[in-house]
Amino acid sequence: MALLNTLLLLLAALCIPGLINRTRALLAGRKGIRFAQHLYDVGLLLRKGAVYSPTTSVLFRMAPSVILATSLLAMLFIPVGDLRPLVSFEGDLVAFAYLLALGRGALILAAMDTGSSFEGMGASREALYGALVEPALMLTFGTLALLSGHTSFASIFEADATGDAKLLIVLLLAAYVLTKIVFTESGRVPVDDPRTHLELTMIHEVMCLDYCGVDLAYIKMSVWLKSAALSMLAADAVAAAVCPRWWFAAPLAVLLTGLSVGIVESTQARNKLVRNTTFILTITALAALIFFTGYLLRLNIGLQ
Amino acid sequence: MNYLVTDNTAGALRLEEIPEIAYADFYDLLDGWLADPRYHVAHYFALPSGDRMRFYCLVLDDAEGRVLVTSHAMDYYDDTALPSLTARHPQLHPFEREIAEHYGIRFDGQPWPKPLRFSFDRYDRRSSIDNYPFYTMSGGSLHEVNVGPIHAGIIEPGAFRFICNGEQVLHLEIALGYQHRGVEAAFAATENRLRQMCLAEAVAGDSAVAHATAFAEAIEKLTGRERPAQLDRERAVALELERMAMQIADTGALSMDTGYQLGQVACEALRTMTINTTQAWCGNRFGKGLIRPHGTDHPLTAERSAMIRKNVAEIARRYDEVRRDIESSPSLLARFEQCGVVPHEEMRRIGGVGQAARASALARDIRASHPWGSYGKCLHHTPVVEETGDVMARLTVRSREVAQSAHYIDRLLEIYEQKYGKLENPCGEPDYTTSLTPSSLSFGLVEGWRGETCHVVVTDAEGRLAACRIKDPSLHNWLALALAVRGEGISDFPICNKSFNLSYCGHDL
Repeated sequence: MALLNTLLLLLAALCIPGLINRTRALLAGRKGIRFAQHLYDVGLLLRKGAVYSPTTSVLFRMAPSVILATSLLAMLFIPVGDLRPLVSFEGDLVAFAYLLALGRGALILAAMDTGSSFEGMGASREALYGALVEPALMLTFGTLALLSGHTSFASIFEADATGDAKLLIVLLLAAYVLTKIVFTESGRVPVDDPRTHLELTMIHEVMCLDYCGVDLAYIKMSVWLKSAALSMLAADAVAAAVCPRWWFAAPLAVLLTGLSVGIVESTQARNKLVRNTTFILTITALAALIFFTGYLLRLNIGLQ
Repeated sequence: MNYLVTDNTAGALRLEEIPEIAYADFYDLLDGWLADPRYHVAHYFALPSGDRMRFYCLVLDDAEGRVLVTSHAMDYYDDTALPSLTARHPQLHPFEREIAEHYGIRFDGQPWPKPLRFSFDRYDRRSSIDNYPFYTMSGGSLHEVNVGPIHAGIIEPGAFRFICNGEQVLHLEIALGYQHRGVEAAFAATENRLRQMCLAEAVAGDSAVAHATAFAEAIEKLTGRERPAQLDRERAVALELERMAMQIADTGALSMDTGYQLGQVACEALRTMTINTTQAWCGNRFGKGLIRPHGTDHPLTAERSAMIRKNVAEIARRYDEVRRDIESSPSLLARFEQCGVVPHEEMRRIGGVGQAARASALARDIRASHPWGSYGKCLHHTPVVEETGDVMARLTVRSREVAQSAHYIDRLLEIYEQKYGKLENPCGEPDYTTSLTPSSLSFGLVEGWRGETCHVVVTDAEGRLAACRIKDPSLHNWLALALAVRGEGISDFPICNKSFNLSYCGHDL
C-alpha cells in the first residue's frame, strides 16, 4: 500500500508538467509539444556531464543533490487519499515544511556562490518569497492539525475524512490556499515565469543559470516532486471533504495543478515583482483566516 | 542670413548655397532655436573636404514644416576645442560625441564626453573598451548589474550597466557601438546605385522600407527628375505595412515579456500575416527590393492591391480584438501603467522622436510636420499622441497607429485602383544611371515605424556620392530608455526596453 502511495506520487510528479504544457498549447491554439517531452529533456540532461565555474565551491556542487534529496524525502510523508505514506511520524508536517526550506536554502547558497549579480538577485527574491510563503504553509498545516488533532499527514487525512459537514468548507478553503502555494513554490505565473528568457525578471530560473547536465536535471526533478507533493496535499484536503479514496485524490492532484496552472499561465500576465509580496501576503492572510475559522469551529464542536 | 530654409519636398541644395558661419554664431543660432520646443536637430555631422572640415546641421521646424540648414567650418588640422552645445541642449549629445570620435574635434565643457561607437580616444592612447568610462556610484547598499554586451538571445550586442539599490534601478547606462559595420563608408565606396539601395535596406533590418525610402528620396532629389505620384502611393503603402507589422510584433513582444500567452500568440500570427502580405507583393517579407529610385520592380497590380486590402482589413479587425483584450486585462494594465515613465520635458530635452516621443505628449511626426509624397496630399496625417509617457502610453500609440495605418493603406489603394488599376506598371522601371547634381547636399526625411529616419547625401564636384550620413531614430531614443527605467524595479527593464524596441544596428552604423 505504501509503495502504491509513493508510486502514485511519482506518477503525479511526472504528469503535472505534461498536463500544464498540453493545457497551455490547447489554449494558445497550438499543436504543442508531446505530453512526455519534459521527460525526454530531463533524460537528455541526465546523460550529460556537468561543467563548473572555477569561482564556485563545494556548496554549488552539493546543492542539486540536497534539493533532490529533500524534495524526495518530503514527498514520502504525503498520503494519497486513504493510502498510507511510506514514512509517517507525529510532527512530520513540520519536517515536511523545513525539508523544503532546506532545499531552498541550499539553492540560494549555491546561487550566491557563483558570484553572478543575476543569481544574487534571484537568490534574494527567492529568500524573500520563501520567507513570506512559509507562514501560509505553516498556518494551513496548523489548521489541518487543529481540526484532526494530529500532527502527521497520514493521521490528519484519516481523521478529517469523517464526513463532518462543518469541516467541508474549511478543508476546501485549505485546498485553495495550498493550490496557491503550489503556484508560488513551483515558480509559476503570476509569481514567476518558468519560460521567460529575461534573466532580470527571473526568480527560480536565474538561480539555475550556472547549472547544466545532470545537476540541472536534479533541480528540475526536485521542482516536479515539490509541486506534486503540495498538489497532492491540496487534493487530499478536497478528497477528505468529498471522497477520501486514493483513486479520487491522485487524478485530482494532477488535474488541479495541471489545469489551474495551465489556464492561469495562458490568460494572465505575470505580476510586477513588487506585487508578488502582496500576492503572497494575501495567501498568508487567507491561511490565517482559515486557521481562525477552524479554531472557532473546533470550539463550537467542543461545546456541543 | 545665417541659414538656408528648405522643406522636405524641395530639391537638392548646392553646397555653396549653404551659409557657412562662424562657430560663435552657429552656437547662438542653435541655442536660440533649440530653446523653443518647435525645433529639434535632425542631423549634425562633420565632413572633411580637402584641408577643411565642414559641419552641417539640419534643424527641423515642426510648426511650419521648414528644414533649416546651416554649417560652420574649421581647418582640418585645427585642434581648438569648440564650446559644447550639449550642456545646454542634451539632444546634441550623440552628434557631438560622433564628431569628436570620428574627427578628433574636441568640445569644451561637454558634460559627458564618452565614446559613441568607438571606444578608442585619440587623445588617450590607453583608452579601450576595457576601461570604458562607465558612470559609477559608490555606497554600501548599491550594487551594479552588468548585462551584455553579448546578448543572451540572438539579437545584437549592447552593454547595459545598472546601478541598483536592491531591486530599484538608480541609473542605467547603455553602451553601444560593438558592431563596426562601416555602413556609411560602404555607401561612398561604390558607385553602383543598386548596391547603394541594397545597403540602405540593410541599415536596420526591421526598418528596411523606411531607410530605403529615405535614401531613394535623397537620391531622387539629387537627380532632379520628377517622380511619378503613383510611386509615392506605393511607397506610402509599403511604409505603412512595415509600420503595422512592427507595431503588432512589439505588442506581441510586450505580451511575451509579461507572460501573457494569448496576446503573444495572437500578435505573432498577425505579424506573420502582415509580413507575408508584403512578401506576396514584392517577394521579401521585410520589403527589401521594393523601394528603388524613380520606379519599381514590383508594381502594384489590381490583384495585388485587392489582396493587400483584404489582408489588411482582416489584420486590423483581429488586432483590434487583441487590443481590447489587453486593455481590459487588469493583470496587464498593472504591469504597463505608470511603468517606465519618460516625462514630456525630459523627452523634449533629449530630442526624442517617433512613437516613443508621441507617447510622452511630444507630437513629433514627419508625416504631419514635414509631409512628403502622398502625405499631405491624399492623406492628412494627425499624429497619435498619448500624455502619460509610460509603457501603456507607448503600447497605446502602437495599437492606435496600427488602426491608422490600416486605414491609410486602404485609402491609398482605393485611389490607386481607381486611377491606375488597369495599367501594367504606371510607376515605370527603376533608374540607376541618371547622374547626380555635383557638389550638392540632399536629404531624405521619412517617418519610419520607429520614428524620424534621416539620410543626408553629399556629392562631390564630379557628381559622385561623397558621403551618406544616416540617422536612425534610435540614436535619440536610447537615452529615453535609460531615463525610463530610473526608479523602476530592475525586473521591469525588459518591458520598458520592449516598449521602445530600439535598434542596435541603426545606432552602430
